Amino acid sequence: MSRQPQDAGARPQGDAALATIAPPGFTLARDRFGRLLVRLPDGTTHVGAVAVRAFPISAPGESVSLLDSEGHELVWIARLADLPEATRVVLEEELARREFMPEIRAIASVSGFVTPCTWEVATDRGPTRFVLPGEEAIRRLSPSALLIADSHGIHYLLRDIAALDRNSRKLLDRFL
Amino acid sequence: MTAVAATPPTPDASLPAPWHGEVEDRLETGEAPLAWVELDLDERLRFAPGLLVLTPRRLLAVAAGGESWHSWALDPGQALELSDHGGVGALELRDADARIAGWRFTLGQHAAAQRLVDRFERLGVRGAPADAVSVATCPQCHALLPAPGAPCPHCMRQATEAEAAGESEEPASTWTLLRLWRFAHPYRRRLLAGFLLTLASTAATLVPPYMTMPLMDDVLIPFQNGKPIDPALVAAYLGGLLGAALLAWVLGWARTYILALVSERLGADLRTATYEHLLGLSLEYFGGKRTGDLMARIGSETDRLNLFLSLHLLDFATDVLMIAMTAAILVSIDPWLAVVTLLPLPFIAWLIHLVRDRLRHGFEKADRIWSEVTNVLADTIPGIRVVKAFAQESREAARFRAANEHNLAVNDRVNRVWSLFSPSVTLATEVGLLVVWAFGIWQVSRSSITVGVLTAFLAYIGRFYTRLDSMSRIVSHTQKAAAGAKRIFDILDHVSSVPEPAQPVHLPRVDGRIELRNVGFRYGNRAVIRGIDLDIAPGEMIGLVGHSGSGKSTLVNLICRFYDVSEGSILVDGVDVRSLSNAEYRRHIGLVLQEPFLFFGTIAENIAYGKPGASREEIVAAARAAHAHEFILRLPHGYDSLVGERGQALSGGERQRISIARALLIDPRILILDEATSAVDTATEKEIQKALDNLVQGRTTIAIAHRLSTLRKAHRLVVLDRGQVVEVGPHDELMACEGAYYRLYQAQQRRAEADRLEEGAGGRGAEVETGRAAIAPAIAGGAKQA
Repeated sequence: MSRQPQDAGARPQGDAALATIAPPGFTLARDRFGRLLVRLPDGTTHVGAVAVRAFPISAPGESVSLLDSEGHELVWIARLADLPEATRVVLEEELARREFMPEIRAIASVSGFVTPCTWEVATDRGPTRFVLPGEEAIRRLSPSALLIADSHGIHYLLRDIAALDRNSRKLLDRFL
Repeated sequence: MTAVAATPPTPDASLPAPWHGEVEDRLETGEAPLAWVELDLDERLRFAPGLLVLTPRRLLAVAAGGESWHSWALDPGQALELSDHGGVGALELRDADARIAGWRFTLGQHAAAQRLVDRFERLGVRGAPADAVSVATCPQCHALLPAPGAPCPHCMRQATEAEAAGESEEPASTWTLLRLWRFAHPYRRRLLAGFLLTLASTAATLVPPYMTMPLMDDVLIPFQNGKPIDPALVAAYLGGLLGAALLAWVLGWARTYILALVSERLGADLRTATYEHLLGLSLEYFGGKRTGDLMARIGSETDRLNLFLSLHLLDFATDVLMIAMTAAILVSIDPWLAVVTLLPLPFIAWLIHLVRDRLRHGFEKADRIWSEVTNVLADTIPGIRVVKAFAQESREAARFRAANEHNLAVNDRVNRVWSLFSPSVTLATEVGLLVVWAFGIWQVSRSSITVGVLTAFLAYIGRFYTRLDSMSRIVSHTQKAAAGAKRIFDILDHVSSVPEPAQPVHLPRVDGRIELRNVGFRYGNRAVIRGIDLDIAPGEMIGLVGHSGSGKSTLVNLICRFYDVSEGSILVDGVDVRSLSNAEYRRHIGLVLQEPFLFFGTIAENIAYGKPGASREEIVAAARAAHAHEFILRLPHGYDSLVGERGQALSGGERQRISIARALLIDPRILILDEATSAVDTATEKEIQKALDNLVQGRTTIAIAHRLSTLRKAHRLVVLDRGQVVEVGPHDELMACEGAYYRLYQAQQRRAEADRLEEGAGGRGAEVETGRAAIAPAIAGGAKQA
């Protein structure tokens, strides 16, 4: 297809900004308050920057963006793996502090099959319990992955149904 | 029509037959008819045949009967005006000071009248006999023809469509069910296996009653007469009974399983086929149908058919087999008793037939009422904000109750007939049994049959008659299923009014030149667009301006080919859009609507809707260009956030920017912005405008905007009024000539000024500009009071 020339035209400001701040072009640090400091190649320093994954579920290892405190983008990182080791560690630390989406590893029990019901689950962040407000709170992301929102709006990720043990699958099946 | 100019001046062969001779008599030598209209109404709008003929020198008209021919010599000062209203067309001849004559006709003649006016105008302007037209067009609808004189594919299609529409008016007949064979065909092997299993399992169930005969005659009655019981014989008979039961169990399971499997697949195929066909239909079809009704058809009707096939039809087939087999067995045991037993059968058949017709209409009606009930829901629930805003909950509740009561009334009527049905069959069964008992006892007393034979008969007909009872239910099931099948085939039989061409022209690359040639469109009998001619150069941005209802959106829908033009043609890069493959053509079109629609799914999926294989980089690039990237990153799950119904709530401006990103990603050559910024406030509009400016670059753009300021970048503005182009030109030029555009612009300036004042007073005046938002007047009113 003759798509190339238009694509170039389709991302004007974004492109210009991106070119100057290719991954190694910035430095990350943490100030004494624990805030993230981003120093851009143009010399400006932004305090209180926020790191966000663009695709936290479908591609967590790619596409991280650093936003300033106003929510404007400072740096776009296409792949975390391309960063220098030191920067990457800071960044991953920051992401881990901000993001809270426990991954369900097993379902121990559910209080009933009529919603709302309480689930006891084992997650990658330890065992917990939450209240499932309704069946529609379980969303299918792909044939094998589910995103479950509890009554407080916390999202639990279930990456692979097939990887669950037999009992968990049986319990889950009653809700799907 | 093109032939007329080319041929020597003889009366045209295709003049309507009854008028042919008469017209010829009236014509002077060398005078040939150029065009004509068959008039079917008189001045007072009563049906009466007539004819209006245009020759190079004059207009000739005759009313009904043909006694009074009138003739008007043509004069350069005259004008012929065509108009229509409510399905009636009118032609008026006038000169500078007065109306000279007028004719009326129904819209069937509209194309001919249009042709006559065209001819007339060409005569007037050039003052010479009409020149040959360079492009061959269809005399009926002005569509471009593949070759001069070739039949118009557009008109032929319309004819077949009309036929198809006519067919679907017939009531549902049981034969409709046979059309399901098309879907059953792929499964014919399994169906055959199922049938054979049915045969075998039915036969197996008939063994036990047969066994009662020897049990009675060889074991029980001899025992009563003093003979001891032979355990071996009893064991053999009981073993046979058990074996038959087990065999019937296995065979019954296999057949039910296989047939349920097939019917489930059949139902799924039917659903998919119907939905796929539905998606191929034009917007015109969706405009005329209600969502609830279409959903019911695809959902519950296919389900009902499914149930019918897997359960009721299967049972019925089993019953018929059982009756046939039982009858054969009964006759083989004792022909006379068999005759008596089978006597009530014709009576029941007659009863079934009697009720059949009443039930059919009843059930069809009940179905229609049922979709009325769901339609109320489908109307109200999406519009709940309006309902609540106007405090009309009780009215909607009353509407639902009324629909529900209507449903009750219809069902009551059906049930009255239907409820009588089953007890009548049961009564007939009981009476039948009574007859068999009486006849059997008489026969036993005469020793022509044994007690065993009588017990066997009673055992058989016990089953036999209970089956007749359930068989009688097949009538209602069949009727319901047939009604369902008809409603589904109504969709499947509907030919899209924007059909795929038989041999589509392929446009691998589109430059984006759009030409409108004498485009007309009517919706029902209302002309929405009339005689629009417009050339749009590749890369040009056109702003469509006009009051609401002036045909802007319709024109855009025609260019997208959501509808087909009624007259004239639309060419893209010199090719009629009707000869392009729909999907291929629309791939070149990007559409941004006033109300952006987001599907349930992630933002990334929504942006990539037009290009499902897009990479993450492409999606992010499109979102950046649409100024959507940063707000997306602020959402809890970034591009993986779920939006759409049941998803994350986004503001109108955010949704709009996602839909702009969606259009950017497919990189279309033709871009259509239909009130893209109307539904948002002025601040958001600026954001969107920046996004749109990225989008517009280098693409042929047609933008509709209520706010004229958003069209500042347009190369040319086209002002529409009541379906016609009134002005074309750049902003400055149109302002200079102080015409329709000038007036629109002034009116809007004044209003913007007033809003600014109001905003100063604390009101959210900017909202008022979104003239289409239903709530805006209320806010403005509130602001004034405050």
